[in-house]
Formats: sequence, C-alpha cells, structure tokens
Amino acid sequence: MPEQTAEAAIDVRNTSKIYGRDRETGVVALDQVSLAIRDNEFFTLLGPSGCGKTTLLRLIAGFEQPTEGEILLFGEHLEGLPPYKRPVNTVFQHYALFPHMTVAENISFGLEMLEKPAAEIKPVVDEVLGLVQMQDLAERKTDQLSGGQQQRVALARALAPRPKVLLLDEPLSALDFKLRKEMQVELKRLQHETGITFIFVTHDQEEALAMSDRVAVMRDGLILQVGDPNEIYDRPAKRFVADFIGDINILRARIQNRDGTRARVKLEAGYEGEAGLPTDSQDLGDEVSVAIRPEQLSFVGGAIEADLSGSIQHVSYFGSGFDYEILMPSGETLTLQLQNRGADQHDYAIGDEVHIAIGSNSMQILSD
Amino acid sequence: MIEPAAASTQLSTAVIAEEKRLRNTRYGLLAPGILTIFIIGIMPLSIVLVYSFLKPGDFGGVTWELSFKAYVQLLFEEDIFDETLSFTTDYLEIFFRSVSLGLFTTIACLLVGFPTAYFIATQPPARRNAWLFLITIPFWTNLLIRTYAMLLILRDQGVINLSLIEIGLIDRALPLLYTDFAVGLGLVYAYLPFMVLPIFASLEKLDFRLVEAGYDLYATRFKVLKRIIIPLSKPGIAAGCILVLIPSLGAFITPALLGGGKSLMIGNLINLQFGQARNWPFGSAIALVLMVLVMLSLLAYLRYGARRGGPAHG
Repeated sequence: MPEQTAEAAIDVRNTSKIYGRDRETGVVALDQVSLAIRDNEFFTLLGPSGCGKTTLLRLIAGFEQPTEGEILLFGEHLEGLPPYKRPVNTVFQHYALFPHMTVAENISFGLEMLEKPAAEIKPVVDEVLGLVQMQDLAERKTDQLSGGQQQRVALARALAPRPKVLLLDEPLSALDFKLRKEMQVELKRLQHETGITFIFVTHDQEEALAMSDRVAVMRDGLILQVGDPNEIYDRPAKRFVADFIGDINILRARIQNRDGTRARVKLEAGYEGEAGLPTDSQDLGDEVSVAIRPEQLSFVGGAIEADLSGSIQHVSYFGSGFDYEILMPSGETLTLQLQNRGADQHDYAIGDEVHIAIGSNSMQILSD
Repeated sequence: MIEPAAASTQLSTAVIAEEKRLRNTRYGLLAPGILTIFIIGIMPLSIVLVYSFLKPGDFGGVTWELSFKAYVQLLFEEDIFDETLSFTTDYLEIFFRSVSLGLFTTIACLLVGFPTAYFIATQPPARRNAWLFLITIPFWTNLLIRTYAMLLILRDQGVINLSLIEIGLIDRALPLLYTDFAVGLGLVYAYLPFMVLPIFASLEKLDFRLVEAGYDLYATRFKVLKRIIIPLSKPGIAAGCILVLIPSLGAFITPALLGGGKSLMIGNLINLQFGQARNWPFGSAIALVLMVLVMLSLLAYLRYGARRGGPAHG
C-alpha cells in the first residue's frame, strides 16, 4: 500500500470541504472524498453542476483549504501551501488571460515568477507556442484573439512552467460544438506529448468518455464511481451514474440467486437472465433496478428468440440512427436504438407489435 | 426597373441624408453641455486671460491699458524708486512649495486610498454601497467647516495634544498646527475621496479570476499586486492622481487655516492678489501660469501613456 500511494500523482484522503460553520448548518461541497490519481493519467471529474468537482479542483490548486482530510502530490503533503508554491497549474473556465499582456507575455509570466533566467524562458515560450500552434500570434494582445485561440493560449500558459499536474476547469464549455471536438483531440494529444497528469473537470459525459483514461462520477459532494470509460458506461454501479451517462433503460427486476459479481434476475417484463452486480451489492435487497443500454437491444423476427415484447409508441430519427420507444405489457417503456444503415430499414412504425432480444452480458444491476 | 447605378446613387443619397440627420441629433443633445462649458468655463477664462495683460486699477479691478508687467513680476522684482528690475525667486519658491505639497498630497492619498478602494472592491456588493456611502459623508459638510474641525483636533489644546499629554508621552504640546504637516494632512483629508472613488471604479471592474490566475502561476501576493492589479487599475489610479493633484495645487482654504498664512501657497497668493493686494492682473497671470503648468504635465502624461500602448484596459 505505501508504495502505491507514493506513486499517485494526486492522493486525496478523506477530504471534505464545508462552507459555513459546520456540517449541519453549512453547505457540504465535498464529503469525505478519497481518490488516487495516477501519474501521466488523463483523469476526469464528471458530474452535474454543484456536485463538488470544481471544489475538488480548487482544493488541489490551493485556492481553498480542505475542512477535513489531506491531499498529497507525489507523496508530499500540500496542506498550508499557497497556490503559488504548488507545482500545479490551472486552465480556467474563462481562460483568465491577462488582458494587459501579449500572448508571449502571458505564457512567460509563470516562468518569470519562478525567476527563471530570460535565456531559459524564451525557448520554452517558443516550444509551448508550437505545441498549441500559436507561433504566429505571439505578439498579439489577448483580446484580439478568438475563443479557440484564447483557449490555446490559456493551455500554453499553464503548460509552460511544466507543472506536475495540470488542472482543467471546464475549459471547453465556452467553445462551439465543432471547435470543442477539435480541442478534445488536441488536449488528448497534448497530454500524451507532455506526459503531464491532466485532471479535467466537465459536466459533459460525452467529453469525459472521449478523452479520459479514467473518470470519477460525482454527485452531491460524493464520488459515486471511478473507472475507465468502458467500465463507467457498461457497468454503471449506481442508478445516478447510469442515468447521467448516455441513454439507458432502467427496469424493475427481482434477484433469483447471487453468485459473486453476478446474479440471476427476473425482469418484471418477463425475461430471466444474468446481470452484473455492483460492488456494494451486499446492501441490496432482492427488488432491484436493472440497466440496459438502448443499443444493446435489437429487434428479432419471432416470439421464440425474443426476450421481451411490446408495441412501438414513438420513433425518433437523429441522423445516424433511430430511437424506438416501446411499451411493454409490464407498463414499462423501453428505448431501443438502431444504427441508420440506409433505406432498407423502415420496417418498424408506431403501433407495431415487436419482439426484442437483449444482448449478452448487457444487463447491470444498479444500487441507488 | 431602376438601373443599378441609379439605385446605388439613390441609396447613397439616402445614407448621407440619414447620417446628416443623426449628426444634427447628436449636436442637439450636446448643445446644453457645450453652452454650459462656454458660459462657466471658456468665458471666465477669457476674462482672466485678458485681465492678465492689463494694468491694475487703484482700488481693485483693472485699467484698460496693455501691459506685460504681471508676467514680468513673477520672476523680477521692481525697485520702488528707480523702476529697475532684479531677479527674484520669491514666487518661484511659492510655486515650488505648492507643487511639492500637491505631490505629497497625491502620493499620500494614493497610499491611503488604494488599499481603501481595494478593500471596498473586494467586499460583497451589498456592503460595498454602504462603504461608498461612508466615503462620501464628508462631502455633506462644507470644506471650510471640516477644515476648522481639523484645526480643533490639531491645535495645542486639541484632542491629539491633550490625550498625548494625558497618557504622559509628552510634556508640552507638539507644534502640530500651522505647519506644512498640518496643511498636508488637511489636503489629504479633503481630497482622499477623489482618489478612492476612481480607483474603486477601476478595481470593481477588475476580474478577480485574473488574480487567482496570477497566484496559480507562482506569483506571490506582492507580485500579483505589482504585475496584475496595479497595471489593470492604472486608469483609475491616473484619474485619482489628476483629481487630487490639480485641486491641491490651487487649494487656499486649507493652507490659509491650517498653515496659518505662514507659508504662502499659490492658491493663497492668487487669493491675495484679488483681495488685499488689489492686483487683479497679477492674480490672473499666476492663475494662468498654474493652469498651463497643469495642462503641460497632463499632456506629458498622455503622451507617456500613448507610448506605453495607451492607458491599460479597465
């Protein structure tokens, strides 16, 4: 265990942040959170606004002090260290570029404050400008830049002092869709090239899945689940995680028998099969919720192969595919997603009675 | 169908007519301002300018004879008997004293006013207004009365001296009143709000996330102040300095009451010329020279600012 903690880039131990006098009267922004972020990892804190993700980031940066617990950076205690003594830099949500300085001056600021000699600063500034492809705009004032360019300067400025950990506070939220997609790829590339640990905060689940090595899903100051994007998406542990990330069907079911990490369940809608159990399953009763992703369902021809059946209530088309809303005899509705494969596919219409198969290993039992 | 060329001519005629109408509206809106500046600014100033080139009347006022004597008098003393001129530094000294005191007042106001403005700007918005309200309270009372109050505090039997004697720190009253210190203190007290308010206006607009970004990039508190907060509040600091320096150069109530008339300031000198000395042309000349000096230094500041890429963003 001790070796493992020494390796962690950031080790958050039982950390709480309470605004106000105490737990009862104040606001608990972060509630006894423990989290180890590995070196050279692209780690994402994902959650709705007010979940505590930005608070956690600010605690790591040093803008706020934890009420309880401690945070270690590569094994060193950060307690009491002001932000300017932490080898950690932040890319702020609204960039916070210095408006009275040029792009190059913004980027060299951190290095100047570290009292690096001028001869050392210049090549680093050029290097990071190259890294974010902004060499041509070095002498511009920052208010003459577009949003995407400002974003790149903010990144370059935070990367220039070579922090041990880079914190990114929803840096893409102010960009339009296309630019956001581009910057996602760019950020991933930068993380790879620099080898710096990135801690990325976002409320956008797609962004989190696309970029991260690991994701922590947060709500109400708690971390609900930590895992790689696959794990989070395919085996959500909690109802909130399942609901927050992507579309999902949540059906009522009853556990027949348990076997370690899996259980045999009987859906109220009729089907009986294997489902994954969450880690804290010992607290679960026999009445449970089971999650199935819409794309794990498919239409089948006859009642014999079918796991479930129902009638189509609604069809929505979204370009790359279709969502079918199906009402089952149990009274529950199910969403089934089909890829758009061309003109041969319009066999299903509202009112049709359909038979549905559930993909293997696609059921996951949720805890609340 | 209208020919394209004709259509574009028609369009441009319409655009020109519209622009003309807008311009007229703008001038209409500006008229009261221009009129006011003309009546209470330009006209009196022209009178002062004309008077400075005339001869003094025996009982005040002027006699309508062209004369440059008022300007000569600033630097040269006329012998009473043979009318020969000899160089004198009397008035230069008064100028120098006034400028020094003005600069001292400005710097002292800046040193006190900046932290005050910063404090107010970092308060929650509801409390900010209360603090600003407190800053403006002195304006409710006439400057003369406030200066008398200061006199009561500073005099030998004043609050400061009596309490210092009471606690045994001193045996005899400190000579506080009728000193340059008293005048400086009085000026700082009178003009401090003019420093606080513009700096507050600048700091209020300052994005404090920039301060956080500074801390994040390894800047200590002092470096953040020097490299981020002060450069970004420069327009407010400049406005405050101008608003304090100019009136303190011409102040005359405060130096007269708190300085006891011992050391003359420009304001007192001008006041004297229009009063007991009955030399209106000389008073006008001093006033104009002071004004030109102030304008020249403002121009110098503006050119300096322009070279540095204009006053910083605010």
